[in-house]
Amino acid sequence: MSGIQFPKPDPSIIARRETIIAGLAALVAPDSLITAEDERRAFETDALTAYRRIPLAVVLPRTTEELSAVLAFLHKEGVNVVARGAGTSLAGGAIPQEDAVVVGVAKMARVLDIDYANRTIRVQSGVTNLSISGAVAAERFFYAPDPSSQLACTIAGNIGMNSGGAHCLKYGVTTNNVLGVKMVLVDGTVVEIGGPYLDSAGLDLLGLVVGSEGQLGIVAEATLRILPMPEDARPVLFGFPTSEAAGGCVAAIIGAGIVPVAIEFMDKLAIEICEDFAHAGYPLDVGALLIIESEGSPAEIDAELARIVAIAKDYSVTTIKESKSAIETAAIWKGRKSAFGATGRVADYICMDGVIPTGKLPQVLHRLNEIVAELGLRVANVFHAGDGNLHPLVLYNINDPAEQAKAEKAGEEILKLCVEAGGCLTGEHGVGIEKRDLMPFQFNPVDLQQQMRVRAAFDPGWRLNPAKVFPLEGRVAA
Amino acid sequence: MNSVTPKTEAEAAEAVNTARAARRPLGIEGGGTRAGLGRPVAAQTRLSTRGLTGITLYEPSELVISARAGTPLNEIEAALKDKNQALAFEPMDHRALYGTQGEPTLGGIAAGNISGPRRISAGAARDFLIGLRFVNGRGEIIKTGGRVMKNVTGLDLVKLLCGSHGTLGVITEATFKVLPHPASAATLALYGLADGKAVAALCAALGSPLFVSAAAHLPAGLATPEPLTLFRLEGPQASVDERLSALRRTLAPFESGEALAPDYAGALWRAIRNIVPLVSPPDAAIWRISVQPTRAPKFVDLLLKQVAARYYYDWGGGLVWLSIAATGDAGAAAVRAALVQAGNGQTIGHATLVRAPDDVRRTVDVFEPLAAPLLKLTKDIKASFDPDGILNPGRMYAGI
Ligand SMILES: Cc1cc2nc3c(=O)[nH]c(=O)nc-3n(C[C@H](O)[C@H](O)[C@H](O)COP(=O)(O)OP(=O)(O)OC[C@H]3O[C@@H](n4cnc5c(N)ncnc54)[C@H](O)[C@@H]3O)c2cc1C
Ligand SMILES: Cc1cc2nc3c(=O)[nH]c(=O)nc-3n(C[C@H](O)[C@H](O)[C@H](O)COP(=O)(O)OP(=O)(O)OC[C@H]3O[C@@H](n4cnc5c(N)ncnc54)[C@H](O)[C@@H]3O)c2cc1C
Repeated sequence: MSGIQFPKPDPSIIARRETIIAGLAALVAPDSLITAEDERRAFETDALTAYRRIPLAVVLPRTTEELSAVLAFLHKEGVNVVARGAGTSLAGGAIPQEDAVVVGVAKMARVLDIDYANRTIRVQSGVTNLSISGAVAAERFFYAPDPSSQLACTIAGNIGMNSGGAHCLKYGVTTNNVLGVKMVLVDGTVVEIGGPYLDSAGLDLLGLVVGSEGQLGIVAEATLRILPMPEDARPVLFGFPTSEAAGGCVAAIIGAGIVPVAIEFMDKLAIEICEDFAHAGYPLDVGALLIIESEGSPAEIDAELARIVAIAKDYSVTTIKESKSAIETAAIWKGRKSAFGATGRVADYICMDGVIPTGKLPQVLHRLNEIVAELGLRVANVFHAGDGNLHPLVLYNINDPAEQAKAEKAGEEILKLCVEAGGCLTGEHGVGIEKRDLMPFQFNPVDLQQQMRVRAAFDPGWRLNPAKVFPLEGRVAA
Repeated sequence: MNSVTPKTEAEAAEAVNTARAARRPLGIEGGGTRAGLGRPVAAQTRLSTRGLTGITLYEPSELVISARAGTPLNEIEAALKDKNQALAFEPMDHRALYGTQGEPTLGGIAAGNISGPRRISAGAARDFLIGLRFVNGRGEIIKTGGRVMKNVTGLDLVKLLCGSHGTLGVITEATFKVLPHPASAATLALYGLADGKAVAALCAALGSPLFVSAAAHLPAGLATPEPLTLFRLEGPQASVDERLSALRRTLAPFESGEALAPDYAGALWRAIRNIVPLVSPPDAAIWRISVQPTRAPKFVDLLLKQVAARYYYDWGGGLVWLSIAATGDAGAAAVRAALVQAGNGQTIGHATLVRAPDDVRRTVDVFEPLAAPLLKLTKDIKASFDPDGILNPGRMYAGI
């Protein structure tokens, strides 16, 4: 891919590289500063691997104080900064640029405090999503948002992208589960927003920071809600003859007043790819499947699933396969959660992330498949159906420039289709660099300018992750 | 006071433009049911949203409703009830508290980020508000968010506007996520627990997998002669029954509980939501304190050493409601000092003066004072929406 433009590196920053590195070396331990080209290369991209830029340098502070000193110094030097967690962003949010220093939180990965009585945990922002749940599992608590990348991705990146996951239908996404952050502003000022209580004072700056993609400040610590684990949980696989039938069933379940903890959707190609990889026992003779998870006590689960089964029968369901053991449950989820990785073994792909009103699922899926077929490509659809968050994986051959252009075109048309259906360009992966130039499709110039003025109130010089989210043209100051 | 009542969003924009050109600030009013919240607004002209009414979209199978800002809340609730759905955050009605008439509006709920006892389990208005249209102080019509549950396209201005009390924009239309109305509910009451023990019981219940949807503690003499500790379970009948038995077992170490009659329990939760136990005397000041539940009793103890107050705990103790005589600073110094003392030198929460006479709210910080860098950010954000300070000037902080 080459369609997305980066701003031209600022030669005056590049020219000062040695001075900048010397200044950083005075602030952090030697193993926190990465300057050699081959080592910097490890940070040249994120999970949007088609784009890459080698950063000026990489700093991995260990403490909030170091992070603050680093930002204050870079601010004084007028250097661009790109915040980085684990670099699993699919929208290119953590891709650097040549005139920027990557400031990563990989070495800030300590759990600082766990308070079971008040149901909160305070962590440094570099801890991985899964290890937060791991830290409290023995007391039968968990941290709810569960992106498929949870083994690798950090809470910093989750906050940057307002990440979600399969179980967010019931528990909400990152913004509904973060209570406070300690954040370093562009000039090095440390601020505390929110805290270990519900609702913060003044304007909801926390709500603004979550999902701001590293543009408002660098998050050093976070206070999160932890929840008691449900007594039990059980997924069921439902196979349907067509995607339309599965989509219709989702709307009917929610319309009937049932909001299960997860409703995941896979179409035929996605089922084949995931089954081949995970051997989860997915039915291969269906057009689409839903994984619906119910939780509570065994009796509550039985009751909810019985109602769902009755509804599915109205939608010509052909397979109903209820998990009978913890091992089967793990297999079912492994298949779903490895969808992106498993697809990567089959072909190169771009993973889209649009959202639509759930009532439009059947029509949108139909048109989406047409768009991809018209371009002579294939698409595997796997997504969070309960909240209409589509993840079409458009398959192509990265070594064929013509196919790559077609795949990008398909992606763009799919996202426009989502917006036209009343939805939006991204539900959980963020805008990053990937969808930056599509923003005017969802927002008019006035809407965008208001967002940019708010952004500039935090970072008047546009130094933090400057190439991201907002189109390079038409940017405004505070 | 002059008044302008736009009938369309375009007219609202025009009204703001006119005010801006004349440098004449606007006080925004929905139903006017809680004009007493926040600092008194310095404005001679009132912009009423009463002309902006009507549900614009309701898709029960997508759990979403949109309406113009001036739509009375009861109209929204009636439409939802028809389909067995509800605003899950249980927005409080504070007409009793302020002694006001009028109808709360959907725009007022969004502007104030209003929630009730289900806050602990379901979330606040902010967690359900998914889209907004508003007119900023430049007279520009802005759309942010949308009608889908998940959306991370650009900055989340929806959250920023929610709870901005009309200082950033005149909300013209709001879109909320809704949820099925719980099929049934049960409330378990424990009697006679002292505050500390009650909060421990609340924490035990909320830390269990029983999905307690609301939890509160009222000291002796507020609702009943004895202290009363309440736990609410909601869901399908069979599930509620099963969890109620389990909850009794969980709470056995504290006190044996009694399940309350549904009607009585419903009235109690409404009273807790609407601060009814502290409504009188009507001239007393009302404070709303957000803290960690386990630290709430210590805070209250320390406070009571300094001033006389009546109080109760909602959200499992995370929210403390206080009634204090409105004389002097209405307890402001004592409340904020106790928050710091309870944290051994570091504040453990934040305090909002929800009711007090105008002259008190003019001189005392109504909302928790912000640290200098946050105040600066807040000012810069305000300026980015409303550079001339036309909208509800001074409502939240001096100059904001
Ligand atoms: C296989 C796979 C599956 C995925 N599944 C999901 C999924 O189910 N749901 C989902 O939501 N996402 C998913 N993602 C996307 C990605 O994992 C998430 O966006 C994740 O939150 C990124 O975390 P990270 O630590 O890797 O952040 P990074 O990629 O390093 O950064 C993400 C963004 O956050 C910013 N940022 C990083 N650190 C900070 C900080 N300290 N302060 C402020 N901003 C910061 C960055 O600048 C960037 O804009 C998936 C990705 C992959 C590769
Ligand atoms: C005990 C209690 C505690 C409360 N706690 C809080 C609290 O902590 N925080 C809080 O905010 N509210 C709180 N509320 C109040 C709640 O605000 C009301 O129930 C309801 O929102 C009032 O609606 P209204 O239409 O009558 O608003 P009004 O009284 O007309 O207006 C309320 C405020 O919102 C602004 N406003 C109204 N409509 C719009 C609009 N369309 N666009 C922009 N601004 C608008 C007004 O200028 C005013 O500042 C509390 C109420 C009670 C009873």
